[in-house]
Amino acid sequence: MTISVAMTVNGKPVSGKVEARTLLVQFLREHLGMTGTHVGCDTSQCGACVVHVDGTSVKSCTMLAVQAEGAKVTTIEGLAASADKLHPMQEAFRDNHALQCGFCTPGMVMSAIDMVKRHNYQLDETTVRHELEGNLCRCTGYHNIVKAILAAAPAMKAAGV
Amino acid sequence: MTTATGIGARVKRREDVRFLTGTGRYVDDLPLARATYAYFLRSPHAHAKIKGVDLSEAEKMPGVVAIFTGKDLAEAKVGSLICGWVVKDKHGEPHKAPPHPVLAADTVRYVGDPVVMVVANSHDEAKDAAEKIKVDYEVLPANVDLAKALDKGTAQVHAEAPGNLIYDWELGVKADVDAAFAKAAHVTKIDIVNNRLIPNAMEPRAAAAEYDKGTGHYTLWSTSQNPHVLRLILSAFVLGIPEHKLRVIAPDVGGGFGSKIFCYNEETAVCWASSRVGRPIKWTAERSESFMTDAHGRDHVTHAELALDKDGKFLALKVETIANMGAYLSTFSTAVPTYLYATLLAGQYTTPLIYANVKAAVTHTAPVDAYRGAGRPEATFVIESIVSQAAKDLKVDPAELRRKNFIPSTAFPYQTPVALQYDSGNYPPIIDEAMKIADYRGFEARRAEAKSRGKLRGIGFSSYIEACGLAPSQVIGQLGGGVGQWESAQLKFNPTGNVQVITGSHSHGQGHETTFAQIVSDKLGVPLENIEVVHGDTSTTTFGMGTYGSRSLAVGGSAIMKAADKIIAKGKKIAAHLMEASVDDVVFEDGTFKVAGTDKNVPLAQAVFAAYVPHNYPLAEIEPGMDENAFYDPANFVYPAGTQICEVEVDPDTGETQIVNFTAVDDFGNIINPMIVEGQVHGGIAQGVGQALLEHAVYDKETGQLVSGSYMDYTMPRADDVPSFKLGYKVTPCPHNPLGVKGCGEAGAIAAPAAVMNAVRDALAPLGVTHVPMPATPLSVWQLIHGASRAAAE
Amino acid sequence: MYDFAYHRPKSLADAATVLKGKDEARPMAGGMTLIPTLKQRLARPTDVVDLGGVKELAGIKVEGSNLVIGAMTKHVTVATSADVKRMIPALADLAGMIGDPAVRNRGTIGGSVANSDPAADYPAAVLGLNATITTNTGKHAADSFFKGLFETALGEGELITSISFPKPDKAAYMKFRNPASRYAMVGVFVAKTGNTVRVAVTGAGPAAFRVKAMEDALAKNFTSEAIKDIKIPADGLNSDIHGSAEYRAHLVGVMARRAVDAANK
Repeated sequence: MTISVAMTVNGKPVSGKVEARTLLVQFLREHLGMTGTHVGCDTSQCGACVVHVDGTSVKSCTMLAVQAEGAKVTTIEGLAASADKLHPMQEAFRDNHALQCGFCTPGMVMSAIDMVKRHNYQLDETTVRHELEGNLCRCTGYHNIVKAILAAAPAMKAAGV
Repeated sequence: MTTATGIGARVKRREDVRFLTGTGRYVDDLPLARATYAYFLRSPHAHAKIKGVDLSEAEKMPGVVAIFTGKDLAEAKVGSLICGWVVKDKHGEPHKAPPHPVLAADTVRYVGDPVVMVVANSHDEAKDAAEKIKVDYEVLPANVDLAKALDKGTAQVHAEAPGNLIYDWELGVKADVDAAFAKAAHVTKIDIVNNRLIPNAMEPRAAAAEYDKGTGHYTLWSTSQNPHVLRLILSAFVLGIPEHKLRVIAPDVGGGFGSKIFCYNEETAVCWASSRVGRPIKWTAERSESFMTDAHGRDHVTHAELALDKDGKFLALKVETIANMGAYLSTFSTAVPTYLYATLLAGQYTTPLIYANVKAAVTHTAPVDAYRGAGRPEATFVIESIVSQAAKDLKVDPAELRRKNFIPSTAFPYQTPVALQYDSGNYPPIIDEAMKIADYRGFEARRAEAKSRGKLRGIGFSSYIEACGLAPSQVIGQLGGGVGQWESAQLKFNPTGNVQVITGSHSHGQGHETTFAQIVSDKLGVPLENIEVVHGDTSTTTFGMGTYGSRSLAVGGSAIMKAADKIIAKGKKIAAHLMEASVDDVVFEDGTFKVAGTDKNVPLAQAVFAAYVPHNYPLAEIEPGMDENAFYDPANFVYPAGTQICEVEVDPDTGETQIVNFTAVDDFGNIINPMIVEGQVHGGIAQGVGQALLEHAVYDKETGQLVSGSYMDYTMPRADDVPSFKLGYKVTPCPHNPLGVKGCGEAGAIAAPAAVMNAVRDALAPLGVTHVPMPATPLSVWQLIHGASRAAAE
Repeated sequence: MYDFAYHRPKSLADAATVLKGKDEARPMAGGMTLIPTLKQRLARPTDVVDLGGVKELAGIKVEGSNLVIGAMTKHVTVATSADVKRMIPALADLAGMIGDPAVRNRGTIGGSVANSDPAADYPAAVLGLNATITTNTGKHAADSFFKGLFETALGEGELITSISFPKPDKAAYMKFRNPASRYAMVGVFVAKTGNTVRVAVTGAGPAAFRVKAMEDALAKNFTSEAIKDIKIPADGLNSDIHGSAEYRAHLVGVMARRAVDAANK
């Protein structure tokens, strides 16, 4: 079944014709060519595909593209104001060496931003580790990811994002 | 020279911005016009004969472009995948080498063995069509249980490997070791299983291939750790495409941990089929396929005995291991339980006599090959388990027993009884530092406090040695290795003074684009922003060996230093000419050629410009251009070493183990970028902790089905499974490479399993538990605590 | 996944109409179980009826001493609702333990309860709190709702509209996670209302169930001490590589005692 779908991605209106079975992540990657959002598993557990839909984190591999009809979607490509002005979370990941191969990174960053906001910029190590339950990383041992998120929380607050 | 960007500086990674903004380019991200998509129909059985393949319905499915079977590949003379390391058994005979077809034609040998390749206009259409293929299987009994693989009556995997034995190999003189045991005051014995693991790089394996009919050129994009080696194997052994007609590109690769070293069926089939299909073909593994078909790691069954004298000095070590090879011999599989395992059995100790016997067995399971550490974690687990057990047996402090047997710092270079000659090291200060950071003295108080909360607290040591940066090539060749172990580097200056650093190694998370730039910046005084590191494309880089075995800095970095020396040597001649001085008087300091005792100077950029615009240039003596190639073949392995101390708390009600403290002190020689090194150690420890407490590739022993075939059942370490780690360093520079560096990529994963397991054993010891199998899952610890039989649960 | 016809009705009545007469139609709430199932090609519905557009199904209301939660209310909403935290904090805690944050942002209570996944959390609360499940055709008592593995009392085309939870005096939920999937390997919900105590278990068996022996003992003496010697039979409990039936039976006792202690705090 082919369906027309329209949504806003990173502030820009986009549309396309998709099969009913097309996942949001497939729409982003294959239809829009936005390959920053990754697919790392087939059981909705790794979190490499996390994007924001209407302001909250979702696994774009576990949502149909048609379910995002009319929604505002933000992906990793939409975070930085410009190439030299990263989002405070992106900056914190870089400052703290919270990424190695980079594959889980987009989902990590999107989940982390959602986490900081849900916790009103107030986080501790135990909370961060627990809240990262839905994101797998094989490179970093999480040590620096946790550090980065703890550093980003006040930076996000200060920047008002 | 120490600068903000040079050697020793915590330079932020240059690759990060693209990864953080979603602009990295992994294989699956490639936009290929008119691409088709491959899907592999795989064996649902561990062992079966293929009696027939009916494609008729599948061929009629929408979107299907082509379908290929094992027969098609055989008719096209596609060769067997190869094992590149010939291990000679104890009688001097080469190992048994059964064929490894790209697509199974007659027999399937593990669940996931690829049988048919469907190419269609989309991934979903390829998969839809694959479901319509009827394969007539005659299911046969499977050989899945490693402990029984070599027994009489066990199902045979290959006619070429009678009794499922690939080799029966030994190192050391058994009679000498037996004699030492006869004189021992005490013998400690252990039986351990090194649990099978699935590497799980977060990027699934992927391949894409395109054929240019006009030129006859193939381009293969692959998630490879070593694109040149992959090209060499495909060209020389499997597909017969001449090397100069095959370009292999490994772009951004999302982690490897060894699993992306090897030449796999799917990339081979995709490359081969691209010329038949006439359109690009893309394939990306679904995670379930990664679980089934990425080469697995570890999987040893071992019995070990340590003989000690009355003072606790180690007299001899005896190790008997059965190593699982899986159903086929993967690219470097044979070397892992031999030259990367038994040669490490001296550890950090002066044990004078060691005998190891390794039997490699084939089973109806996925191929097993190198995974982070490759053989060295298995060796460390044996040594560090038995040393801690000996300390328990003798009721001595585990740190004291280790210290008593450490190779003294004055003994280097130290010849071990298992072939390796350790170049450098100083072990006692490492363990001292680790004990200080871990507050070892305060442990008993913490144990008592935990007890008051109903928790069992334990502490465990692991003092590992690693041999990495395999070398030299001649020795590796004598041992059966099929490739050289050098690395290449090219420093290609452009006329305006910026430089491309072209390396034969490959970065898939290790940060070479930063570290290698630091080396060049430090050595040549070129600002970091004027340096670009190029890797991963056989067409734009010199032939190189790629990245594995913690070799990139020690070998690849050294090659860069050699190339930089050539740049300096040439620059001196140019500068001497420009300054009208003798070459012998020219020195190179802070990026500038100077004549000692004068204010004459020529910055490197000026010499480079002169080399490309040679208007005032010694053309009679030297060629124009500033572009130098170097190959570096090391004199020896490098030998990182360290001690980890792990402290755990076990909840006796649930069997859960929590790591409450984890300390690692390492000697990696000189450190180029401490930030990156720390990241490598953190990641390695998490994988080691994963092996010790969480991860286990489980096959059903009857059916050979992979039970832990998804993240629903294979326990990946998550953020709340590990603590923040406490790290420390001691430095003894490597004496034989120009940077004085040792490898750091695998250390964490090598040492951690024993540290964690020794801690769990220590925690459970008061209950009388003497044997704790790995992984120490909540279920298995609870069963131990309650005296229930583990076998019953399985 | 296989392709299907997609429907997004705006009302419950429309949803029921679309579902009616189509044997292979599947309603979809948050999709947190259905989509992974479809991705693995383990189901092949002809039609998927997305309930996401049915606004009347979402929301939390307080009706007297009952908390009425609409079927399409997301886990995150239940976990953070002031009403839920005030009336039944244990229920908010439970919702906050489901899956991971991204899953809680999509998954719904109705979807979870209708699915009767043996490892889901909500069934323990529904049973433990003696909730009433309201559907488009009637009402179900919790005790007769969970029939077995992925099996409930819901009839063909019957959709959960809301679930009504009576406020207990005290309650708590304790969960032992499967180390790999993080689903409940054993979850125990304990609730005390007047002199009645209910102990409901999820994860351990084919479907959520109650433990009468514990309930009786706790009714007399609501302390963990009162149930420390009660052993749960392992017969019929789930068994896999992460937990044998015996281990699960043991964990039911541990989690129940911890839940009672937490409820008493």
